[in-house]
Amino acid sequence: MKPITVENIVKTYPAKNGVVTALKGISFAVDKGEIFGLIGPDGAGKTSLFRILTTLLLADSGSASIDGFDVISDYKQIRKRVGYMPGKFSLYQDLSVQENLEFFATIFNTTIKENYDLVKEIYQQIEPFKTRKAGQLSGGMKQKLALCCALIHKPSVLFLDEPTTGVDAVSRKEFWEMLYRLKVQGITMLVSTPYMDEASLCDRVALIQKGELLSVNTPKGITGEFKKPLWSVKANDMFRLMNDIKKDASVESCYPFGQVHHVVFKTQENSKEELERIAYTGNYSEVEINLIEPNIEDCFMALMQA
Amino acid sequence: MRMLKFLLWKELIQIYRDPSIIMILFIMPMIQLLILPLAADYEIKNINLGVVDHDHTEYSRKLVNKVVSSGYFRLKDYSPTFQQGLKAIESDKTDLILEIPPHFERDLVKENQASLFVAVDAVNGVKAGLGGAYIQRIIQGDNQDIRTQWMPEQRLNPQPVIEVTTADWYNPNMNYRVFMVPGILVMLVTMIGSSFASNNIVREKEMGTIEQINVSPIKKMQFILGKLIPFWMLALVVLTVGLLIARFVYGIVPLGHYITIYIFATIYLLAILGLGLLLSTYAQTQQQSMLVSFFVTMIFNLLSGLYTPIESMPAWAQMITRFNPVSYFIEVMRMVMLKGSGLADIKYQILALVGFAVFFNSWAILNYRKRSG
Repeated sequence: MKPITVENIVKTYPAKNGVVTALKGISFAVDKGEIFGLIGPDGAGKTSLFRILTTLLLADSGSASIDGFDVISDYKQIRKRVGYMPGKFSLYQDLSVQENLEFFATIFNTTIKENYDLVKEIYQQIEPFKTRKAGQLSGGMKQKLALCCALIHKPSVLFLDEPTTGVDAVSRKEFWEMLYRLKVQGITMLVSTPYMDEASLCDRVALIQKGELLSVNTPKGITGEFKKPLWSVKANDMFRLMNDIKKDASVESCYPFGQVHHVVFKTQENSKEELERIAYTGNYSEVEINLIEPNIEDCFMALMQA
Repeated sequence: MRMLKFLLWKELIQIYRDPSIIMILFIMPMIQLLILPLAADYEIKNINLGVVDHDHTEYSRKLVNKVVSSGYFRLKDYSPTFQQGLKAIESDKTDLILEIPPHFERDLVKENQASLFVAVDAVNGVKAGLGGAYIQRIIQGDNQDIRTQWMPEQRLNPQPVIEVTTADWYNPNMNYRVFMVPGILVMLVTMIGSSFASNNIVREKEMGTIEQINVSPIKKMQFILGKLIPFWMLALVVLTVGLLIARFVYGIVPLGHYITIYIFATIYLLAILGLGLLLSTYAQTQQQSMLVSFFVTMIFNLLSGLYTPIESMPAWAQMITRFNPVSYFIEVMRMVMLKGSGLADIKYQILALVGFAVFFNSWAILNYRKRSG
């Protein structure tokens, strides 16, 4: 029995002209103690899926279960055993850190004392501010408090909807370290994020785009699916370079990636020579051309175009 | 039970921490109760009087003096012709013209009768009606005086006159405040009941905290009770403050029991809070819930009999007032405070309010969904 199973979930919303399909028949399953990443841009349907799995939203069709309990018929059981951390900070801003934690412990019929072990490490970091109102905490501390509140009833499955959006790089790293510690305790986690670099931190990821799953695999597996060589190009006039590369008939795709452009060719032969020729005819200086390993973002770009 | 206690604790902490709520809760009723009953008075005073006297005799002067000394009228214009008197009305200088025809005294003495002409500016209907009535009463009184002056020696009145003497029961001095303060108090309690609770729930929607509550195993009933009880308590506190003001500022001591008022207020608040909850289940933003509850309470207050007697409304409007919980509370407040009615006298109103409470609350509970479609 898998902690999370999703079968053919379809969700539509009424819109001005017809309907908007947020989820177009999504299926996947998550193993126990796994950190499963849901990676996709804004509007891909991540939050809709989270709300369906946390029994807040009814799907149009399809079925889903958490710990073997159906999200529609056994929703009461599910509400006892899941933790949900919504993307938007939604704790009581006018209650203090401790009062928030106590409140969420109480509405889940438990006490802070009972499950203190689970949140101890995270809570200790915000404990110095426990009398401060939640609304006055920094972004990173708010996320820690929200995680504590989602964990206080010892859930077996944790849903984290974009937990690191709007959080600084250091706090993001700390946050993921906390998730690893929870994984050791056997908690299954479904994490969504728009950041591709966080995908490699998950055990398995699902790439989602416009309500469809593009690929479900381990981060290694996903990058392994990328068969064609990937080139990074750098020169003095990056904008003109991109246009020149895109004009070439043998180029499949070219997109900016940090300080370089990533280029994929349709065929595999002579691609380096082709790039050198473009650089030479365009009179570029400081040209650097390297063969690189693809990362998740490259795979995502390739899958999106496919 | 522990959960409910905690929900209440959390709600009270939040209210206590929000200084604007405390301000609105206590300062608004005090100001309204201290200002409104004194300012919003039905008695029309200071009606501007214009006189067109064609007679210029002792009788006409006496009549004008009598009108002015009544306290209701202020002599603002004294014109030689009616045309000029009308000009004064047109320029808003006067509200009412009393025209005394030539030979008024002569006709009265010789022919035993004389006529007067009264023209009233009816732009403000209430003022016109009352002003006309006042002046008629004064003139009638003057007429009576003249008659007694002329026939002092006659024991029996040759022309029998029906004299009407009125006794004002329950409010012997026709003190307007005694009648207005309980009504305004009801209005205040209604505003707190209907808009505060609904705003509070909608705020949770806006903040997203309701999502966190919805994924928890907490029961609908517990959540709704956790919202009802704190505002029910607050409204009773405001009612108490209002009753204290009524007693110590206006000296209004209810003839009936305070307990009767509180018992009825308890049931009434359940109905009004239920209405607030119902609004909150439909509204998505605080703005929506504010506007709707403002609209509803305004209609309720205007159709409650606070300002205009229900009996003088058209039949269809009277039907509407039967579905207006506010009208029942205002009626009961006045009955208990002025007439000393007990629980037995208001059982019909209690029954109606229990009906409202059940209706609004069950609709709200049915419509409150922990998950959406």
